[in-house]
Amino acid sequence: MSVDQATVRRVAHLARIAVTEDEVAHLQGELNAILAFVEQLGEVDTDGVEPMTSVIPMTLPLRADVVSDGFYPERVLANAPAAEDGFFAVPKVVE
Amino acid sequence: MTDLTRLSLTAAREGLAEGHFTATELTQAYLGAIETAGALNAYVLATPEKALAMAKASDARYAKGEAGPLDGLPLGVKDNYAVEGVRTTAGSNILKNFVPPYESTVTSRLWGDGAVLLGKLNQDEFAMGSSTESSAFGPTVNPWRRAGSTQPLVPGGSSGGSAAAVAAHLCAGAAGTDTGGSIRQPAAFTGTVGIKPTYGRCSRWGIVAYASSLDQAGPIARSVNDAALLLRSMAGHDPKDSTSVDRAVPDYEAAVGASVKGKRIGIPREYRVDGMSPEIVALWDKGADMLRSAGAEIVDISLPHTKYALPSYYIVALAEASSNLARYDGVRYGERVPGRDIVEMYEKTRASGFGAEVRRRIMIGTYVLSAGYYDAYYLKAQKVRTLIKRDFETVFADGIDAVLAPATPSPAFGIGEKSGADPVAMYLEDVFTVTLNMAGLPGIAVPAGRSAEGLPLGLQLIGRPFGEEALFSLGQVIEEAAGRFEVSDRWWE
Repeated sequence: MSVDQATVRRVAHLARIAVTEDEVAHLQGELNAILAFVEQLGEVDTDGVEPMTSVIPMTLPLRADVVSDGFYPERVLANAPAAEDGFFAVPKVVE
Repeated sequence: MTDLTRLSLTAAREGLAEGHFTATELTQAYLGAIETAGALNAYVLATPEKALAMAKASDARYAKGEAGPLDGLPLGVKDNYAVEGVRTTAGSNILKNFVPPYESTVTSRLWGDGAVLLGKLNQDEFAMGSSTESSAFGPTVNPWRRAGSTQPLVPGGSSGGSAAAVAAHLCAGAAGTDTGGSIRQPAAFTGTVGIKPTYGRCSRWGIVAYASSLDQAGPIARSVNDAALLLRSMAGHDPKDSTSVDRAVPDYEAAVGASVKGKRIGIPREYRVDGMSPEIVALWDKGADMLRSAGAEIVDISLPHTKYALPSYYIVALAEASSNLARYDGVRYGERVPGRDIVEMYEKTRASGFGAEVRRRIMIGTYVLSAGYYDAYYLKAQKVRTLIKRDFETVFADGIDAVLAPATPSPAFGIGEKSGADPVAMYLEDVFTVTLNMAGLPGIAVPAGRSAEGLPLGLQLIGRPFGEEALFSLGQVIEEAAGRFEVSDRWWE
């Protein structure tokens, strides 16, 4: 499988990464090189093979459903590019 | 006084315990070495004030007889470990001003055992690379050079800053991370020892995520024994990481020097890849002889799905990366580029904050997870991963204790040599290392010889799940036979 330029633009939008027209052509070549490389997996017979879900066999641990951390909004917001009144601030989302 | 930065961790620990020098003096010696080594670009941030404060506290513990197993030993930490109050960037512009208000579990274990933080070490951006060239801080330079040449070489990656700092004696040891070879390949390129433990052995909590089902923390050190000492402190159960394993941590140092007599070592025929350099083949044979001389039995084995480890790795790793890195949206932390609306803000923020390799990997990961392609790529790769793990299970069930393989297809290469138009050329660096991450197995890289041009070459030992002790025993045999690898020309000073 290989990607065309429209697909590159669509994937860039899905990934929320702005791309310029110049970059689209470059990315198309690079993405197709990587996709061509992984194409060889088609040779492997995987009929009846379970996909890997946990590389070391283990049961997912459970914990009590209680609040164990928190109550320091100023620390949570300390690295925010924009914060107001104890909240993260973003451009207007709802019209 | 002799140069304190020449001491092994064990010798430094003895010197501190016996009062030959203080943790403050040891730390000052390393801080002095860091100051003269700007040309290597191994550190992205030195933390001298914090280091001296930690050293002073360590001296007080020695005075009171309360010293921990790593007390007063100055370490460097890869920049993807969150250290409370210390800028943590993972080599990315998108995190260039990020100061974590929390501490990673592995580093808190190191400080809990008394270690001193010297600073944060350079890496490929988000650990995505095999040369440390993709860092937002520029490339790290390998302290090693080819005989008669001044051409700057890469230290490998992504833990290239860690490996270069250890090799150049800019820290007594370092904490790195390994997703596809990022501890073992730089260790091999710099003549140092690096171990990627079994998946789940070290907590991933507080480490900037790349590919969560593959990432593991581990040490880089100047000897097998030093690596064992560090891993003992780094490993252990952590309820904050649901994939962390609740299993006692053995005394890894006790395994160093243990007999390897009767151990069965597999030589996988599929690792003899096309175009492999004759000196790597010779090194591999030499390594087998070293282990045989120590009483191990060498057995030819087959790991039939080896060839498919790299392509399946690049699907699994990039898919997980695209998901993990979705968090960098310019809202909760990291840099923000304003836009007309929120979508444009996301797109501009991520286009400007991520470097080219990271953008490329996120886009591939997004593509392979997108509607209509999930089964063909991601599900297929996870099935192949099951087969890769089964290959190892089969040989271990047949009585193989460990597998011996090269760590890298070649010695360190020049800066710029593999960062051209074809990303796959760089990906091939990981051909011998990714299989372990895919199978969750531990692997140690130990320097074993030199290239014709005088550069260090490493061998890799692959163990059973939680078989780190056997790796330390076998690694020590190679270290004793091959000797230590020290950079003789300190050209950067």
